[in-house]
Amino acid sequence: MAEKMKLEIVTPYKKVVETEVEEVTATGKLGEFGVLPGHAPFLTSLKIGELAYKNDGITEHMSLNWGYFEVQDDKIIVLVETAETAAEIDVERAKAALGRAEEALKKLTSEDKEHKIQEAALERAIIRMQVAGKNVRK
Amino acid sequence: MASLKSIKKRIVSVKNTRQITKAMKMVSAAKLRRAQENVVAARPYAKKLGEVLQSLSANIEGDLHPLLEKRDAKKLLLIVITSDRGLCGGFNTNLCKAADRYIKENASTYEQISVMTVGRKGYEFLKSRYTVYKNFANVLAKPNYQTAAMLAQEVIDGFVAEEYDKVELLYNSFRTVMTQDITFEQMLPVAPEAAVASDETPVEFIYEPSVSELLAEILPKNIEVQIFKAMLETVAGEHGARMTAMDSASKNANEMIGKLTLQYNRARQAAITTELMEIISGSESIKG
Repeated sequence: MAEKMKLEIVTPYKKVVETEVEEVTATGKLGEFGVLPGHAPFLTSLKIGELAYKNDGITEHMSLNWGYFEVQDDKIIVLVETAETAAEIDVERAKAALGRAEEALKKLTSEDKEHKIQEAALERAIIRMQVAGKNVRK
Repeated sequence: MASLKSIKKRIVSVKNTRQITKAMKMVSAAKLRRAQENVVAARPYAKKLGEVLQSLSANIEGDLHPLLEKRDAKKLLLIVITSDRGLCGGFNTNLCKAADRYIKENASTYEQISVMTVGRKGYEFLKSRYTVYKNFANVLAKPNYQTAAMLAQEVIDGFVAEEYDKVELLYNSFRTVMTQDITFEQMLPVAPEAAVASDETPVEFIYEPSVSELLAEILPKNIEVQIFKAMLETVAGEHGARMTAMDSASKNANEMIGKLTLQYNRARQAAITTELMEIISGSESIKG
C-alpha cells in the first residue's frame, strides 16, 4: 500500500494544488470525511466547506466552493469552482461579505429565490474566516 | 500620373493605417497570451470533469436524468459562438458560413432549427437569414464562469421544457495562433462515450450521495464547463486570428508604402526634369 496519495485540486481557472499527501479531510454533501492511502474508489459531491490535507506533518487548510471529490487508486481529484488557500483569503472582505449576507437574510424569507444565494454567500464567508483563522494560529 | 501632392497624401494615409494595424497587432498579441493561458488553465478542469462523468455514466442504467434523455430529434438548437468585434480575418465569416451551410443542409432533417448566438458578429450575420432565438453580446470581453453558467441554465431549461430536443454548439476552437478549427459539439442530450471505459475498468465506486443525485449535479456542470471552454477558445482564437490578420495588413501596408514612395520619387524626378527643361529653354530663347 502506498504511503502517500496524489492530490489534485482543479478549478476552471487553474490547477490550484498538485501535491503528495498523507491524509485529506473534506466536507462532503453528507458530512465531513477523511481519506487515507488505500481508500476504496469513492466519488462524492462537496459542499461549501473546508478541505485540509496533511503532508510531512504539515496541515494545509483551504476553503472550497461547490465541487466534486474523487478517489481512485490513491489518486484524489478535487474539482471545485473556487479554491483558496488560507493565505489567499482576504479576511476583511470575508467579514464584509458576512455582514452583507446577514443583512440580506434578515429581509428575506426562505421562499425567496435570493434566500438560497445569500445563504450560500453567508456559508462561504464563514468558511473563509474559519480557514483564515487556522492559518494564523499555526 | 497622379500629382505629387496626392501621392504624398496617400503615403501619409497608408502610414497612418499601418500604425493602427501595428498597434492592433501588439494589443492582440498581449491579449492572446492571456487568453491562451486561460484556455490552458481551463483544460484540466474540463478534462477531469469529463472523466468523472464518464466513470459515473459507466455505472448507470437507462435514462436516469432528463438531460440524458434521447428524444426524437425534431427541434434543434444551434449555439453559435463568435467574437464581438471584427477585423480578425475570416475568423467570424468562416464560422458564420459554416453555420449557414449546416442549417441549410439539415433543414429537412429537423422540423425546426433555432439559433442562439453569443457574440455580436454571429448575431449580425445570422439575424438577417434566420430568426435568432436569443443573443448574448459583450460577454466575451471578459469571459467568466458565471456567464457560462447563466447561459447553460438557459439551455438546460429549454431542453427540459422540450423547447428543443437537441442542442449543438458551434465555435472556433483554438489550435494554434494561426489556425482555428470550426468545431461542432453535441451538448444535449449528453452522450458520454462510456463504451470503452466500461469494459476495461469495472471498478466499484462508492457513491455519496446516490449516482442519480450526483448525476443531477454533474450534468449541468458539464454543460457549463463546455460553454465556458468554448467561450475561452473563441476569445483566444479571435485574438490569434486578429494578430495574424493585422500582421499581414501591416505587411501589405509596408509593401504599398514602398510602391508609393517609388512612384512619388519618379514623379518628383519627372517634375524636376520638366522644370529644368523649361528653365533651359527659357534662357536659350533670351540668349537667342
